[in-house]
Amino acid sequence: MGKQYETVIGLEVHVELATRTKIFCGCSTAFGGAPNTHTCPVCMGMPGSLPVLNRKVLEYAVLVGLASNCEITRYCKFDRKNYFYPDNPQNYQISQLYLPVCQNGYVEIETEDGSKRVGIHEIHMEEDAGKLIHDTWEDCTLIDYNRSGVPLIEIVSEPDMRNAQEVIAYLEKLRLLISYLGASDCKLQEGSMRADVNLSVREAGTQKLGTRTEMKNLNSFKAITRAIEGEQQRQIDLLEAGEPIVQETRRWDDANDCSYAMRFKEDAQDYRYFPDPDLPPVRISEEWLERMRAALPEFRREKMERFRREYGLPDYDLQIITQSAHLADLFEETTALCKEPKKVSNWLMGEMLRLLREREKDPADIIISPAHLAALILMKDKGEINGAAAKEVFEAMFDEDVDPHSYVEEKGMKVEADTDALREVLGQVVAAHPKSVADYRNGKEKAIGFLVGQTMKVMKGKADPGAVKEMLRELLQKES
Amino acid sequence: MKLTDMTAVELGTAIRERHVTAMEAVEAVFAVIQEREAQLHCFVTLDREGALRRAQEVQKQIEAGKLNGPLAGVPAGIKDNLCTRGMRTTCASRILENFVPSYTAQSVARLEQAGAVLIGKTNMDEFAMGSTTETSAWGPTKNPRNPAHVPGGSSGGSAAAVAAGECFMALGSDTGGSVRQPASFCGVVGMKPTYGTVSRYGLIAYGSSLDQVGPLCRDVRDCAALLEVIASHDPKDSTTVLRRDTDFTAALQDDVEGMRIGIPRDYFAEGLAADVRERVLAAAQVLRERGAVVEEFDLSLVEYAVPAYYTIAAAEASSNLERFDGIKYGYRARDCQDLHQMYKKTRSEGFGEEVKRRIMLGSFVLSSGYYDAYYLKALRVKALIRQAFDAAFADYDVILGPVAPTTAPLLGESLQDPLKMYLGDIYTIAVNLAGLPAISLPCGTDRHGLPVGLQLIGNRFEEKKLLRSAFAYEKAAGGFRNCREVD
Amino acid sequence: MAHSITDETIEYVGILAQLELSPEEKKQARQDMGRMLDYIDQLKELDTEGVEPLSHVLSVENVMREDVVTNGDMREALLANAPEEKDGMFTAPRTFG
Repeated sequence: MGKQYETVIGLEVHVELATRTKIFCGCSTAFGGAPNTHTCPVCMGMPGSLPVLNRKVLEYAVLVGLASNCEITRYCKFDRKNYFYPDNPQNYQISQLYLPVCQNGYVEIETEDGSKRVGIHEIHMEEDAGKLIHDTWEDCTLIDYNRSGVPLIEIVSEPDMRNAQEVIAYLEKLRLLISYLGASDCKLQEGSMRADVNLSVREAGTQKLGTRTEMKNLNSFKAITRAIEGEQQRQIDLLEAGEPIVQETRRWDDANDCSYAMRFKEDAQDYRYFPDPDLPPVRISEEWLERMRAALPEFRREKMERFRREYGLPDYDLQIITQSAHLADLFEETTALCKEPKKVSNWLMGEMLRLLREREKDPADIIISPAHLAALILMKDKGEINGAAAKEVFEAMFDEDVDPHSYVEEKGMKVEADTDALREVLGQVVAAHPKSVADYRNGKEKAIGFLVGQTMKVMKGKADPGAVKEMLRELLQKES
Repeated sequence: MKLTDMTAVELGTAIRERHVTAMEAVEAVFAVIQEREAQLHCFVTLDREGALRRAQEVQKQIEAGKLNGPLAGVPAGIKDNLCTRGMRTTCASRILENFVPSYTAQSVARLEQAGAVLIGKTNMDEFAMGSTTETSAWGPTKNPRNPAHVPGGSSGGSAAAVAAGECFMALGSDTGGSVRQPASFCGVVGMKPTYGTVSRYGLIAYGSSLDQVGPLCRDVRDCAALLEVIASHDPKDSTTVLRRDTDFTAALQDDVEGMRIGIPRDYFAEGLAADVRERVLAAAQVLRERGAVVEEFDLSLVEYAVPAYYTIAAAEASSNLERFDGIKYGYRARDCQDLHQMYKKTRSEGFGEEVKRRIMLGSFVLSSGYYDAYYLKALRVKALIRQAFDAAFADYDVILGPVAPTTAPLLGESLQDPLKMYLGDIYTIAVNLAGLPAISLPCGTDRHGLPVGLQLIGNRFEEKKLLRSAFAYEKAAGGFRNCREVD
Repeated sequence: MAHSITDETIEYVGILAQLELSPEEKKQARQDMGRMLDYIDQLKELDTEGVEPLSHVLSVENVMREDVVTNGDMREALLANAPEEKDGMFTAPRTFG
């Protein structure tokens, strides 16, 4: 039998912070501008320009540190990381090496064997780089510095994870904490959360860490899982074949489901870090830190407890609704307006999740306003629209946050409650389907369903099926 | 009095009192430029038309009562490492040959708000690296006092232009003596303020933790007036300090009675030219006669300032100059298929020898395995040097010494031995390491008629004491005209 | 102790600094750097045990700005100095593949 191996994984997670402006200048961080329109002398590294720290970046970094049980460094500095690459206009990145803002924290994750701590080595603040675009026509690189200087925090974990499931659980946990803080929307696909995986294998039972590789370009949980499984196998195969593992950076190729080594002939990997003389140190006082602690929001666990207490929701609902701060807030604000916690929860768990999956969106993307959702629930309660119509309205709200009243009005979806028109249709349906009528009268309860369906069809859905059923019963009673 | 013999403040007064117009002042300096610039080469870029247009504008504002500061209408030169919107800014380097900034350095903007008229950009050592203005990619500047000699550097163009009458005042930058030493060699007044007093925004960085913008002027009064204008707490420069005592002209009192002046014995050791020693000690005697208490003391650590400085400055420079890569601005080497080939060719062709030498040294001292032994060691020595000055200022108001060990060397003499050139900065460099203010002012000439500079060093944020002692000395020595006309 | 700088060191530092030196320049650089390092070595005479490295000479701390957008689109001005430009972007030799 072959040897048993253990995989050791540590993560470097970059998170783009949800500030309005860049880390060192007053340029917008908004997505979607034409190339280089969100730039200035500072984030474009023009000669003579100087950086000034965005206060919000420090606040977010410290909040994330507090939420992940870190020690906050009371005297921290920025360092320059020097390397030549065109995405970096100064050819150095302002980052933190010697005194990162947060150190020695942990988060708890749930694993198959119960809960487990993943250590956080440090969290530091730094600036993002610009975007390189390959111009195939001219065979050159084009550079857009709109993202240059967007604030990032890098969360460096300890090598505490052992498999892909733990890695995903860790990332989910970070995403939850950070999105609860409002510090970032943490979207892997869009790059606002990026994970580099450091992985090594060693013989089970040994202590010494094996040679590790770093894997980049992982932009979905699926890619991360595949990359981890592939890399651990690749390393085990090398060990089995008696070949050395090279410490290197590898790029994950999602399309081909494999990774390859990134080699830079000219890259000495010697970043010559030194304290940035342009940025004075940051000293964090106890008072300020106290204010930050007080500003910490209610996190998931407390929120679940409170929702259970205040709204009497079952565990299953609580699990789903609190998976995102945005979803939880939507629940709470909608409930405050319509006083129907369970109904609100049902909408969120049912239609909302279905649409999120279908549209490949994230809870952070939800645009439905609480007032509209509450109005929809009340309209349905009052029987002003039927269930099918309500779902249709909800979908429109999901896409464009339409006002349900005007939407129903416009589309003429209002239920025709007990009107002459409905009575006439009922009469027609009964007359047209004598067999079903007979079946019903002979005790076949199911037959009435068919008649309701036929009525709804003629009414083009503008009737409440419950009410139609009652009216049908009445009608058939009378005529028997 | 000839118009170009006036000081900046005298000219400003004459303009305000309508004896002279700003346009006449511009014409007057351009007449001197016409006569002398071909020989001296103080400027990299001159803009006569722009200056005249600007002078007319300023004149109107003066007449409308909208501008009434002491420097309104006065023609000024700007060192070519300070960005000027719409005016080429090269740092005297091929790599920035055609760079035209879209923004103006904060110090220059302040000067313009005060009504000064920019006439052009002055020559300098490439990226301010050098002590003679000979490393300029555009050729050296010559010393107006004797064109066979260098004007000093790196702000040699600014010092020479003021000394030659090609402008009334100028801005320079001082990283290790680059304002004070050329001021000394050219016989003008130059000052390096406390670190953080003048914004570095728009100053193309050499050694960011040491760089300060400073005035080069005809006398101490001009120097105080100019510093008052350019000092600012700038939100764009995080290292500037909010100061409430920047009314520097208020310090111009002819009174050093009881002022405690220390003379570091270590500044008068081996290597100091006899004439320089004599003049500087004579200046100390003048101050003593005016009532100052002048004493000798041991400052210590003097010989360590130069190696610590070159380690730190080179390290910062190697990083600051990484941005010059041929992509966003400046020179780009032609026909490069590969990115790194483009970087290397661009930078190797774009930078001069001295700049490359310092970039190489700086990259080395920061590189893996050497950072602690060189860079951190230098920062520790910097801490000790600051402590030594702190101790000295516990006893003295002002420290007095020479600016440089010699007067201006002959052209071509210094570049042969860079290390020897670096040692010429021995009396100025520690001031930058400790963030102190210091002023250089003429105190006579040597046997060849070349100016000798007196350096006065103050404690951090004590420019006023410095200016007071300098002003008192200048008065006693007969003012700047006297100093200039000794030869 | 005299430093003797090897060709490899000069080569390595050249990569870090992105400078390409001619053979003569390399020879000169070896000499210059060796001499400078010998000179800088005199710092080792000083006992700096327990002395904190002084990176920032003033005690200025906590300089920050508010998170407010102050810059508009200045692309045209910023691109004006570019040696080459295409579609509102800077260009560089290919970095891919």
